[in-house]
Amino acid sequence: MAQEITLTVNGATRTNQVEPRLLLADYLRSVLDLTGTHVGCDTSNCGACTVSLNGDAVKSCTVFAVQADGADVTTLEGLASDDGTLHPIQEGFWEKHGLQCGFCTPGMIMSSLDLLSKNPNPTEAEIREGLSGNLCRCTGYHNIVLAVQFAAEKMNSGS
Amino acid sequence: MATTRDYEPNVVLSNQDYNVVGTRPLRPDGADKVTGRALYGADFAAAGLLSGSVLRSPHAHARIKSIDTSKAEALDGVRAVVTSADFPQGGEGPVVWQRDNVLASDKALYRGHAIAAVAAASPHIAEEAVSLIDVDYEVLTPVTDVQSSMKGDAPILHDSLMTDELGEKADKASNVASHFQHVKGDVKAGFKEADVVIEREFTTKTVHQGYIEPQAATALWNNDGRLHIWCSTQGSFAARDACAKILDIPVSQIRVVPLEIGGGFGGKIDVYLEPVAALLSKKTGTPVKLVMSRADVLQGTGPTPGSYAKIKIGAKKDGTITAAHAYLAMEAGAYPGSPVGAGAMCVLAPYDLENALVDGYDVVVNKPKTAAYRAPGAPNAAFAGEQVIDEVAKAIGMDPIDFRMKNAAKEGTRQVHGPTFPRVGYEEVLEAMKSHPHYNAPLDGPNQGRGVAVGFWFNIGFDSACNIAVNADGTVTLQEGSTDIGGTRASIAMQAAEVLTLPYEKVHPTVVDTDTIGFTAVTGGSRTTFATGWAAYEAAQDVRTKMIDRAAQIWEVDADTVELEDAVFKSKSDPELSMTFAELAGQLGRSGGGITGTAAVSPSGVGGAFAGNIVDVEVDPETGKTEILRFTVVQDAGKAIHPSYVEGQMQGGAVQGIGWALNEEYYMSDSGTMDNVSLLDYRMPTSLDLPMIDTVIVEVANPGHPYGVRGVGEAPIIPPTPAIANAIENAIGTRLFALPMNPAAVAKAVMDK
Repeated sequence: MAQEITLTVNGATRTNQVEPRLLLADYLRSVLDLTGTHVGCDTSNCGACTVSLNGDAVKSCTVFAVQADGADVTTLEGLASDDGTLHPIQEGFWEKHGLQCGFCTPGMIMSSLDLLSKNPNPTEAEIREGLSGNLCRCTGYHNIVLAVQFAAEKMNSGS
Repeated sequence: MATTRDYEPNVVLSNQDYNVVGTRPLRPDGADKVTGRALYGADFAAAGLLSGSVLRSPHAHARIKSIDTSKAEALDGVRAVVTSADFPQGGEGPVVWQRDNVLASDKALYRGHAIAAVAAASPHIAEEAVSLIDVDYEVLTPVTDVQSSMKGDAPILHDSLMTDELGEKADKASNVASHFQHVKGDVKAGFKEADVVIEREFTTKTVHQGYIEPQAATALWNNDGRLHIWCSTQGSFAARDACAKILDIPVSQIRVVPLEIGGGFGGKIDVYLEPVAALLSKKTGTPVKLVMSRADVLQGTGPTPGSYAKIKIGAKKDGTITAAHAYLAMEAGAYPGSPVGAGAMCVLAPYDLENALVDGYDVVVNKPKTAAYRAPGAPNAAFAGEQVIDEVAKAIGMDPIDFRMKNAAKEGTRQVHGPTFPRVGYEEVLEAMKSHPHYNAPLDGPNQGRGVAVGFWFNIGFDSACNIAVNADGTVTLQEGSTDIGGTRASIAMQAAEVLTLPYEKVHPTVVDTDTIGFTAVTGGSRTTFATGWAAYEAAQDVRTKMIDRAAQIWEVDADTVELEDAVFKSKSDPELSMTFAELAGQLGRSGGGITGTAAVSPSGVGGAFAGNIVDVEVDPETGKTEILRFTVVQDAGKAIHPSYVEGQMQGGAVQGIGWALNEEYYMSDSGTMDNVSLLDYRMPTSLDLPMIDTVIVEVANPGHPYGVRGVGEAPIIPPTPAIANAIENAIGTRLFALPMNPAAVAKAVMDK
């Protein structure tokens, strides 16, 4: 009982036949081979599967692919410029050692993108609140906070 | 959380500088990990890949009378179904336990115990097929906590398990797999000398490692008989060897390719899916992938034990500890092998004791077989031991750090289990704690309290190998067998760079498969930067010697007249003779061929690590909620090869300890099942629950390593639970003896006061 969906993923139009029960996370990972979106908990608690859906961060394990029909989706793979320049948030996580195993990183970066698009100058407390739906088990969040602060500064200085 | 920091929050107390070692370069795997290109366990793809699914026991304790797979096999799209009967049979003891844990044979011993598995054309078909497998269970009474399981009338898990009682085998089945003792001096006499004796009982609940990446494995049993496995593992060789045992094939028949690993903390050492995927691939002739759900992870993979401890410590009024007795009983899970042995080695390690006794009990219960979790056994023991230390210090009116200092273990101290400490940095850790601005800052309001605690982890050595090849452009490639969970590609490459006097960026590390490198033990035990770092050091020395020989040969001089400094080869006798590392690298081909270096080591000079915490909490006496206001971790790293990654281990370990202290637990129902099988209900710390974590890296070089490395991954998880308990006691005036110290428990303690 497949259903046709057409959506924009990282700037490219995609049309696929998908089963209605297929999750957006699984669509991105198995149909489009965009394995940068990770699945860690299946119940929208860990946030590793966070993507941008029409400009808002969503946990793609709790969205059906068919619900994203017509939407504009950005995953971590779509964040760097075409010339390979990293987004300041990607740079921040690398530069500030905001990752150890790196598994939560895609979701952390996509949630940070949402946070900084709505609040370009977050305080430490606002960063902690903005990322409270994303679990990291390695870092204790310390360097993740520093990574987001690095990105905010860089984005605000326009460089 | 609003603490103003007018001091340096992350300090390195260093006493030796190097060129590369001790700097903070960027990680080589960073680009892949911030762009989504890194491939983790579940990301592996192959032509013709089948999806697998595993049937798990709904019962905590049941006899498996029969398994009917016919309906599942008949489902369209199903390619194979396997059960324990598909494994080679025979053997006894550990190999049977390991095999039965992967797929249950006669008994299901915990809810979530794997029973059968299916390979099918899609994950959905595989899941549907699993639901068609009929298992006839005879449900038995479960026992899920260590104290109940030790009772004489407890339901028995294994009819063949007899207690090893101080080396003697008992003749009656029991859930107590073993009881051992470490003895030093005469505790009875010691307690008689004491002015103060305090004895307390403690319990801790089962908790999970909580890595964010669920286990995933793909296997291909190729037509030539070789088995290829792509998985997320802490040890590719450990996975290979475990599969070889379970499948009863030679290790050389298996190649394990480690993919990126999304956290492990000890929980990705044991195999779960790999042998099952292998069976399914053997039956189907195609690659098969198995991926766990979070519920599978919580119910089917090793947690760390719930435990019971009784600690008795006696001291004189002047602060001298006269005797200590630690009784530790830990859950092994379904099969013997709890981490009580390690806990027993660590519980009294910070103290120089004349008279001490440690009793350890390894006890099976109807829960998943426990796996290692960061300093396994030590946090359970320290939660108990470090609280009694705190109480004794209070009773004799001594500052808790001074009390520890007075009794501090140091070089030459004989530990209760036998070995004598080489140079350790415990006193330096205590000094750094005592002089830290945090320890001397005033508390800021009612219901606030400060606590301190320390922890010891012995660290391990074991086997590691490393290959280094010189490229014509003056860079080197470095191959290692240690999977990189937290930045060890960098910390190992840095040690090679130091030897070769190259900038860090000129060394390109790669984690390779088991066919490509010599045997390398797991990334665990805080061993990787120590032992694989040592292998890199030796392999780089090999390259260095060969490069010097080549320069000497080209210059027609004696090799011992050539030296390498700042990536330039020079002749000591002729200042005209000089060439850069890159210039020599560029002419290797026409001067006798390429140069590679190799090393396989098993270093014995392991240096144990001490860590200490200072923590401030504020307790809401009505709700019982504890907020961590300020947290400082002090640790002796020996030498921090990459201080940012050492700090990362200290911060990450501390936060896992905070979760263990305040929230995390397996909430067990009366029928022996875990009720909180999601990350909503199994609550790990979020960013919102925490302050910034301050760190002080103390560097007391380990004399047993070329750069003084001790190993840092595990010690930081040991002190948090007692430090927080001591802080809560300081805040509310009453002590908690059970983990977790969640709001309900703290509110009850306040009410009962």
